[in-house]
Amino acid sequence: MLRYAGRRLLAAIPLLFVVPLLVFILIDRAPGDQAVVLAGENPTPERIASIREQLGLDDPLIVRYFDWVVHAIRGDLGTSLLSDQRVIDLLLRRMATTMSLVLVAMVMAVLVGAVLAILSAMRPGGFFDRFINWAASVAIAIPAFWFGLVLASLFAVTYQIFPPFGYQPMSEGFGTWLSYLVLPGIALGLLPAAEVALQLRSALGQVLKTDYVLNAEAKGLSRPTIVMKHGLKNAAIPVITVLGFRVAEVLAGSVTIEIVYNMPGLGQLAVDSVQNRDIPVLLGFVLFSTIVVVLVNLLVDISYGYFNPKVRS
Amino acid sequence: MDLAKNRDVAASDTVPATAKDSAPEAVSGAERPTPLLDVRDVSVEFPTAGRDWVTSVQNVSFQLMPGESMALVGESGSGKTVTSLAVMGLTEATGGRLSSGSVTFDGNELTGRPAKEWRKVRGPGMGMIFQQPIRSLNPAYTVGDQIAESVRKHLGLSRRQAEAKSVEMLEMVQIPRAAERAKEYPHAFSGGMCQRVMIAMVMACNPRLLIADEPTTALDVTVQETILDLLRDVQQQTGVALLFISHDLAVVAEICQRVAVMYAGEVIESAPAVDLFFRPQHPYSSGLLASIPRPGLSVDRRLRTIPGGIPAPGTWPAGCRFAPRCEFAQSGRCDTTHPPLDVVSTGGLSRCLRADELALDGVVT
Repeated sequence: MLRYAGRRLLAAIPLLFVVPLLVFILIDRAPGDQAVVLAGENPTPERIASIREQLGLDDPLIVRYFDWVVHAIRGDLGTSLLSDQRVIDLLLRRMATTMSLVLVAMVMAVLVGAVLAILSAMRPGGFFDRFINWAASVAIAIPAFWFGLVLASLFAVTYQIFPPFGYQPMSEGFGTWLSYLVLPGIALGLLPAAEVALQLRSALGQVLKTDYVLNAEAKGLSRPTIVMKHGLKNAAIPVITVLGFRVAEVLAGSVTIEIVYNMPGLGQLAVDSVQNRDIPVLLGFVLFSTIVVVLVNLLVDISYGYFNPKVRS
Repeated sequence: MDLAKNRDVAASDTVPATAKDSAPEAVSGAERPTPLLDVRDVSVEFPTAGRDWVTSVQNVSFQLMPGESMALVGESGSGKTVTSLAVMGLTEATGGRLSSGSVTFDGNELTGRPAKEWRKVRGPGMGMIFQQPIRSLNPAYTVGDQIAESVRKHLGLSRRQAEAKSVEMLEMVQIPRAAERAKEYPHAFSGGMCQRVMIAMVMACNPRLLIADEPTTALDVTVQETILDLLRDVQQQTGVALLFISHDLAVVAEICQRVAVMYAGEVIESAPAVDLFFRPQHPYSSGLLASIPRPGLSVDRRLRTIPGGIPAPGTWPAGCRFAPRCEFAQSGRCDTTHPPLDVVSTGGLSRCLRADELALDGVVT
């Protein structure tokens, strides 16, 4: 199992190089010039040229890329063009906010999705089953930023239950931390929750038709035991796979939610860096996201061993 | 070929032996105690593609005494499995519904009772083993755990006691190194071993009725024999009643005292095994017996077969359902009147209008 995980990790390493390369190419192709942005208002052509020189922008793309890679391997992601802070410091400072948001959204998605799927599967074809199927389809169509605004105006403005925007770290107390994350977490978790509900319901539907579930019925086990024990563990495998991909989506979705709720997270940082052509920060963000996605998928692979004993041996 | 012959030798040997145990008046049931299982007029329907329901089992009745072993025999599609699932109260779980009839177990009518009460009977009252033992075990849990969960639920044992019980049961079904194997997952077991695990699982709750739905069909011929031996041992040791479902009369002969033959969703003959084997009272039973391969049959003589196939539910003929395939069918009689299941001269039950006119061939010895 450990060797398997190690192999998967090694296989993911090329990804860490390829994704930043794609970003380099995209930035290079995109209109606009970071030197112009940095030069401030009414720059002279000489000033722009000197900034280009300074940033090495006149070097060929491949040279700039390798230069970045060589530094990145040493742990040096460069400094922000805007604030002069080290990119790694910026990322580390804002990482907690985004990871908290993603964590709350995913936990909510899994819990809510699983509970709805299980309740639906208790009575296949029943009213609740059909209602959840319908509601989840609607939920998938709802844009997260719009849902976020609705939640904020409802539960933070009209009924002042939760803070409308911002973020407090966990050091300010768990309750405080969570209160800032509930609304954005729900907004961000709606889509994956609906997807988990549908996926798990469908997987449970398949599993509940198997011979071993009929056997569990023949043993006189209760319906909850049959669904939760004999159904869930087997039905979880396809859902876990999908969940791995969803983490990447939620990470992407956190960008808009952080803007809507004005949370000082990586998403905001990323948007600022794109708008201001702060390339080192953008590259740092991309690298960070890639690492997270790779690690999550590794976790997914490892979890197969728990859900499917055949993988273990 | 050899193995099939061997089984047949065993079959013809055991027929007279089992016959001694079974009372000749087994069917008439005059002064018998209350049956353990009383199935009366059970009909089961399943939904078709268009929203209609089609009957797949119709008015099936039979009784089973405590400790008795009885076989339900028929081709695939005759309704044996559907009947056995109805006995277990699993008709709804498999997508069907009971359209008539009642199942009475140990004096308690179970039909129409809430699912909760059925769940108390399944396990300690009756248990079932299936045709596909490998697929009947959950791949995600150890076999020990799957045995233990039954006894924890029904016998109220603690976790530790239940673990000990599952090892004890695995020993009873002669699985070597039972304590270690209890901690293994089903994928580490062969088909025959999985069926042993299934038997251990069902017998752990000490049920009074064991339903075995084609328990050896999916297994290698060599393994079939050992599973049958095990079932016989288990039955002798525990006195559990056995409802044995099979399409294979040779297997049935080894293990059952009474036989009910099913065809197109209904019982067409029911008799003590020895009577049915030597004096069948329905042309279909006779045809089934004639199609058993047996030693001594000259190699160049072809095995007899029944022409045609079993009609699918929903396409049953109006008269006798077997008439279109029957060599004795009389037009204007067999194809118009649906025969009732009546007592015939041997004392058994037959659904053939001509049962008393015909002298049908049984097993040729």
